[in-house]
Amino acid sequence: MMVEVFLRKVRFLLAWVLVLALSHPQAAFAVHEAAGTAPSGGAAHTWWFWPIILFFFCFVLGVIAVLAGVGGGVLFVPLVSGFFPFHIDFVRGAGLMVALAGALAAGPGLLRRNLASLRLALPVALIASACSIAGAMLGLYLSRLNPNLIQVCLGATICGISLLLLFSKNTDKPVVKKQDAIGLALGISGVYRDEATKELVEWKTHRTLPGLILFIFIGVLAGMFGLGAGWANVPVLNLVMGVPLKISVATSKFLLSITDTSAAWIYVNNGCVIPLMAIPSIVGLMFGSLVGVRLLAVAKPKFIRYMVIGVLMFSGLKALDKGLGLRLLG
Amino acid sequence: MSEKSLSEAARPMPEQITYANLLFLAVWVSILLMFLTYFIYVTGIMKPHVPMEAVLQNWSLSVNDYLHNTDAPHGWGWLRLLNSGDYLNFIGVAVLALITILCYLVLLPGYIRGKDRIYTLICVLEVLVLSLAASGILGSGGH
Repeated sequence: MMVEVFLRKVRFLLAWVLVLALSHPQAAFAVHEAAGTAPSGGAAHTWWFWPIILFFFCFVLGVIAVLAGVGGGVLFVPLVSGFFPFHIDFVRGAGLMVALAGALAAGPGLLRRNLASLRLALPVALIASACSIAGAMLGLYLSRLNPNLIQVCLGATICGISLLLLFSKNTDKPVVKKQDAIGLALGISGVYRDEATKELVEWKTHRTLPGLILFIFIGVLAGMFGLGAGWANVPVLNLVMGVPLKISVATSKFLLSITDTSAAWIYVNNGCVIPLMAIPSIVGLMFGSLVGVRLLAVAKPKFIRYMVIGVLMFSGLKALDKGLGLRLLG
Repeated sequence: MSEKSLSEAARPMPEQITYANLLFLAVWVSILLMFLTYFIYVTGIMKPHVPMEAVLQNWSLSVNDYLHNTDAPHGWGWLRLLNSGDYLNFIGVAVLALITILCYLVLLPGYIRGKDRIYTLICVLEVLVLSLAASGILGSGGH
């Protein structure tokens, strides 16, 4: 009984640490800049302060991303651009590398268990990766015109994502009565073993053309904001194209490894990757993801998911506030 | 479909396993490289091209201003600076970003052998798209 009370208290404390770390990372790590006297760009701190704080911040992000079932990039870009001194160009560059590293690390397991479907991923990836190049170039162009434009668009997108996460109701095994002509021509179908029920499940797609068209927009958004795009991939694959949820989630993760590769190269070639901040972010998030997977068995993902939706909404509003120059949220 | 043929269909094709194995190896090689090169960078074993103080003073500026103020390279210009601690880190980043192209080349023979023209074409086009992005031809701005 006492152990239960203790565990409940620890969980409560942990939840508050996570909320604090997500909503104001520098406060969570007990560091304050003297307002008005600190040089811009974070030069008030010695150089090693930033890699350390980024590593731990991204470690926490990695844990939470796994528990909340979202990608690292979608948390990294709005939070780091909102609360760290880096320009949005570098945050997007690092965000894409973070999303890419996470997707590549997950890829082997998903492919070996045949949960990521190549028949489904390859045509979709071609569209999304070509469009993410256009998105990355558009994002860098808009940033050159006026960085606030990107902040406003990012804020609006993040608020939209949090609403999508709140309201979308994915279907475990959608019913597809008849496969459409494009799905049939591309042979987008398959069989997977459901480990929970031990049964073999056959699946096929419908509404393939609308699904493929939606990946044009997903690719552009992924490249433009450096977000990764798991938040959009899964609903389109599952709700529009009728792919079972397990295959949708796995294929989406694998898909990111291709979509983000093309956009990442545009950012790398434009000089948007600064090793001092990018490497601790990548490594921190990957280690955090590994710990998150282990915590998944004991955590309460539903609570964490709602917490992440709240933090995303807040960081989206903060990006809007920053972009519009309102300064209502500090 | 019978239970036996369903079971066979649930198995990944051999190229998919090769893709997975190659990906697994490359990811861990790149992580290891990132660890090593970052250690070399932050311990100052190799002098960086852009001093730490200059990075801190300029990372709140736009990428064009950063490149201008720090004389940092764009495109594949980092290859010429591999003797500096900071740009040494790009080896791991490049491995991470190049591996998918290599994996697609692994898939290609399977589709060609199976006379799957559509997926052969998709693979070839994807390799071209990713190579174009990596080449630096597209939008590699700079100063």
